[in-house]
Amino acid sequence: MLRAEGLTAIRGERLVFRDLSFSVPKGGALILAGRNGAGKSTLLRLLAGLARPDMGRVLWEETDALADRAAHGRRVALLGHQDALKPGLTVTENLAFVARLSGRKIRPALEAAGLEELADLPARMLSAGQKRRLALARVALSSAPLWLLDEPTLGLDDAAVERLGKLLTRHRDHGGMIVAATHIALPLPGAESLRLLPP
Amino acid sequence: MIAILTRELRLSVRHGADTLASLLFFFLIVSLIPFAIGPAPETLGRMAPGIIWVSALLSAFLSLDRLFGADFEDGSLDQLLLSGVSGMGIAAAKTLAHWLVTGLPLLIAAAPLAAMLRMPEDAYPALLMGLLPGTALLSLFGTAGAAIVVGARRAGMLLPLLVLPLAMPVLIFGVAAADAAATGMSPRPHLLLLAALLCAAAPLCPLAAGIALRGASE
Repeated sequence: MLRAEGLTAIRGERLVFRDLSFSVPKGGALILAGRNGAGKSTLLRLLAGLARPDMGRVLWEETDALADRAAHGRRVALLGHQDALKPGLTVTENLAFVARLSGRKIRPALEAAGLEELADLPARMLSAGQKRRLALARVALSSAPLWLLDEPTLGLDDAAVERLGKLLTRHRDHGGMIVAATHIALPLPGAESLRLLPP
Repeated sequence: MIAILTRELRLSVRHGADTLASLLFFFLIVSLIPFAIGPAPETLGRMAPGIIWVSALLSAFLSLDRLFGADFEDGSLDQLLLSGVSGMGIAAAKTLAHWLVTGLPLLIAAAPLAAMLRMPEDAYPALLMGLLPGTALLSLFGTAGAAIVVGARRAGMLLPLLVLPLAMPVLIFGVAAADAAATGMSPRPHLLLLAALLCAAAPLCPLAAGIALRGASE
């Protein structure tokens, strides 16, 4: 279980949010809402262990998750603002690194993202929506139990959003956890919602 | 770490032009020098170790600002940091990849270029044995410097200012080893000093780079 206690983030000299507490059980999902600049992405980076909170703690199974950030990284699959793709590599090659880490096969992840026909195409030839789907395939390929998704539907068409819904449901059915920042409704039935308000 | 190394090597192969640029730059500088200082074999032979070393140093630093810069800009650095490998491990893998892609080709190209400059035959083993730890040291210092400036504006300008002073001892002992061999003296003390530098830099540079990478992601 992921639990946050009294998280406070200050960027520059600006208080982004303060005293945030929540928990996400196994199979659970949390949707982060709030206007632009409310700190949704910052919160996702804190939960990933990429940044440290100025106050508060992130707990994983009731132990400090950020004590060993490299180990915490293995529990997390992050879909950030950027798709983190290398334009010179093919679709399959872009997934090879995560596949090697997770020991999973690339093909099913490509199929789940609807990219199997583009497997040998260089990533620079993909459209914005296809790149987002490839980044989602990378998340699906990971064996991490906690998915942190920053605007996962960005650039996706209706069919891709439906596929994303199936992917999220399957992950939760296997006991995975999801924290997603979004402005539009996500196919996450039963998800809790956390609205980030200006402090 | 092997996964990161494989990823880096695959990227280098796909971006072959970037990879070849360092080698081409090395070849071009060394080829230009005889036009500037004249083709007299005595002068060129005497200066050859220095020319090779300075050219190798500049060539090794050519692509350094992209070493972490590209990953930082496209979000891949976050993915590397979440791979479960420590920051130090990531930096070590990047260093090794940089050396394999840049340092090793420079080392291999050094001998024919030294022949082109008519370097005395006695100096070849010392030059190459100096370049072996020397190019590794340049990759280590370069990776640490690149990690420190990642995310900074004008990283490309900051990097040489940060790394060149560190590379000075490498240059001095490397050239001194080849010069000593060319004049009939033993290059051993200089090579041992380079090896000592390598022993110190091999753990310290990835450690510093790893801490810098974590800092850059925050």
